[in-house]
Amino acid sequence: MEMLRFATAGSVDDGKSTLIGRLLYDTKSIFTDQLEAVERTSAQRGDEYTNLALLTDGLRAEREQGITIDVAYRYFATPRRKFIVADTPGHIQYTRNMVTGASTANAALILVDARKGLLEQSRRHAFLASLLRVPHLVLCVNKMDLVDYDQGVFDAIAAEFRNFASKLDIGDLTVIPMSALAGDNVVSRSVNMPWYEGTSLLHHLEELHIASDRNLIDVRFPVQYVIRPYSGSHLDYRGYAGQVAGGVLKPGDDVVVLPSGLPSRIHSIETKDGPVAEAFPPMSVTVRLEDEIDISRGDMICRPHNQPSVSQDVEAMVCWMHDDPMRPGGKYAIKHTTRSARALVKELRYRLDVNTLHRDEEAATLGLNEIGRLRLRVTAPLFTDPYRVNRTTGSFILVDEATNATVGAGMIL
Amino acid sequence: MTTAVYELGHLDALEAESVHVFREVAAEFERPVLLFSGGKDSIVMLHLAEKAFWPARIPFPVMHVDTGHNFPEVLEYRDRRVAEMGVQLVIASVQESIDSGRVREQRGPRASRNPLQTVTLLDAIEKYGFDAAFGGARRDEEKARAKERVFSFRDEFGQWDPKNQRPELWSLYNGRHARGEHIRVFPLSNWTELDIWQYIGRERIPLPSIYFAHRRTLVARDGMLLWPCAHLPLLDGEQTLEATVRYRTVGDVTCTGAVESTASTVEDIVAEVAATRLTERGATRADDRASEAAMEDRKREGYF
Ligand SMILES: Nc1nc2c(ncn2[C@@H]2O[C@H](COP(=O)(O)OP(=O)(O)OP(=O)(O)O)[C@@H](O)[C@H]2O)c(=O)[nH]1
Ligand SMILES: [Mg+2]
Repeated sequence: MEMLRFATAGSVDDGKSTLIGRLLYDTKSIFTDQLEAVERTSAQRGDEYTNLALLTDGLRAEREQGITIDVAYRYFATPRRKFIVADTPGHIQYTRNMVTGASTANAALILVDARKGLLEQSRRHAFLASLLRVPHLVLCVNKMDLVDYDQGVFDAIAAEFRNFASKLDIGDLTVIPMSALAGDNVVSRSVNMPWYEGTSLLHHLEELHIASDRNLIDVRFPVQYVIRPYSGSHLDYRGYAGQVAGGVLKPGDDVVVLPSGLPSRIHSIETKDGPVAEAFPPMSVTVRLEDEIDISRGDMICRPHNQPSVSQDVEAMVCWMHDDPMRPGGKYAIKHTTRSARALVKELRYRLDVNTLHRDEEAATLGLNEIGRLRLRVTAPLFTDPYRVNRTTGSFILVDEATNATVGAGMIL
Repeated sequence: MTTAVYELGHLDALEAESVHVFREVAAEFERPVLLFSGGKDSIVMLHLAEKAFWPARIPFPVMHVDTGHNFPEVLEYRDRRVAEMGVQLVIASVQESIDSGRVREQRGPRASRNPLQTVTLLDAIEKYGFDAAFGGARRDEEKARAKERVFSFRDEFGQWDPKNQRPELWSLYNGRHARGEHIRVFPLSNWTELDIWQYIGRERIPLPSIYFAHRRTLVARDGMLLWPCAHLPLLDGEQTLEATVRYRTVGDVTCTGAVESTASTVEDIVAEVAATRLTERGATRADDRASEAAMEDRKREGYF
């Protein structure tokens, strides 16, 4: 069965956790004891109705404050698909956790409270989803029950969002009016909104075409680990283990290894279950080459006529995720595919205003949750593709060398 | 494998992700260890580790945090499996922690050594200098676990700070830590109980016999079916009963309940798990019943 990962997004209290609770409830993915526990907690707190958000808001602090703080991962399946859900926080303070949840998502659900319309945080999350290149966006205009299921309200929000989205790089956008609380258009079509002609959210998620979201053209195999058994039957065995980041690898293919530039040919692609004829993302395999060449972790196997860019200078959009601001001249540890090195921030080209998308070229720093374009100098060459071409070879993280905190997420231009 | 469409089924995709995590840790850490309880999740974890490094051996030891209250079938399985694979087994003994005065044994009929395991685990991590510990916890198990990263940072006290976790983007894991700190690594984060059983079936992974239906003498206590043995004496007025049961989880005998079941093959169990209306921990673990946030509180202190 195919697996689809999706993340929620949107401002505080727009109903993200309630929507996930509703999806789980209406697909009968909730266990009796979980539901009883949630009913008990709701009753103790004096909620008027069973608060389905408690199904994902599992931390003590989240329950005390009635907000989501960190991503909760939940799992459910329908006969058509398996779903991995990342329910993310709307609170601006926890934007980095939203980014965590959205980075691996095939689809993002951006919730908007129908009474409030687009807020700064809705725009920020829509922008982040487009920056992270989540391939499919769904704008969920929620709490329609509180605006009498009025089509006019829905149309106005949908139009405003489409206008904003036209300035972003968004592949696929669908807009659905719903009530997470009442279940309208969540799992089945609502009778309260006969004017809406689209499908329910679940139906839409079941039908999304996601196979073409991976890059199957450009062969990229970052070497993760060198397997050398040094034992009886495998004395001379040397295999390069890793997860395919792009393209399709086959035995007999001519390849070149970076950074050495040495050519070779794929002898075989192996797993414990036997050789495979083709390897493609996201398979984890072991590649053996016909020639004995010096290869170690952090090297990259690709095709001679289709190579990534090899450079110590990197231009990227970076989302800053730490209280200590990023300053030009700062040095950080960088992790890109299986390579680790150090990076120096040469320049902050501009900082983006997520509301207006205005570029502030005078900005001197990037603070927590701010996004800007950086120029980095790295101590060793990285083998990169633009993030829009490959989410794996186009992304990196920055780590503070003193505290070891993950401070930045980068998307290469 | 079909090659016409480049699609991976969900078990293959989960396997690929877990194998990636194992290799990342082996490449970046000096002294990883795999926590092995003999339960189905740690058995699947070991199976995945074997795949990640084949044809080489698993490049780290496995460690059993042993409460001394084991199901004999599970101990026997542990020793057999470890011998077959040629991996080193480290046993961290809760009994030794009690004998040396590091922890105090609870008293009374409902005493459990489960909470004591945290101290034994953290002491062993410190003693052997382990800098990464693989755990078999899954996010679908419990609401606090649903919040945890794949690479979960622990400070020098072994504590988890759920309000201040490192962002974790794409599959770029940050394993950096200072001396004395460590990372808990959860390769099965995205697997569900059903995935585990489907995978056990597909891969024909052998399991301890107690996972399959068998007759057993039990006692009904606090809504659970517990196995009366030397570590779990009967209380006044309690009577034993005979039932056909299996175990859905495996832990300390004093707090792990059996479920009534006639499922005697993996296929039966897959069908049963797909239809069940109770979570596995809800159905079988007394240790989670202490309070709403029992798991979160234990995890903060350094529990698995
Ligand atoms: N009337 C109505 N109320 C809703 C609906 N969806 C959510 N709510 C309520 O809105 C409040 C906030 O819901 P949550 O699901 O916690 O919001 P959230 O978006 O997850 O909030 P954060 O995670 O903290 O950003 C709760 O009181 C919900 O019951 C809806 O469709 N209609
Ligand atoms: Mg929420």
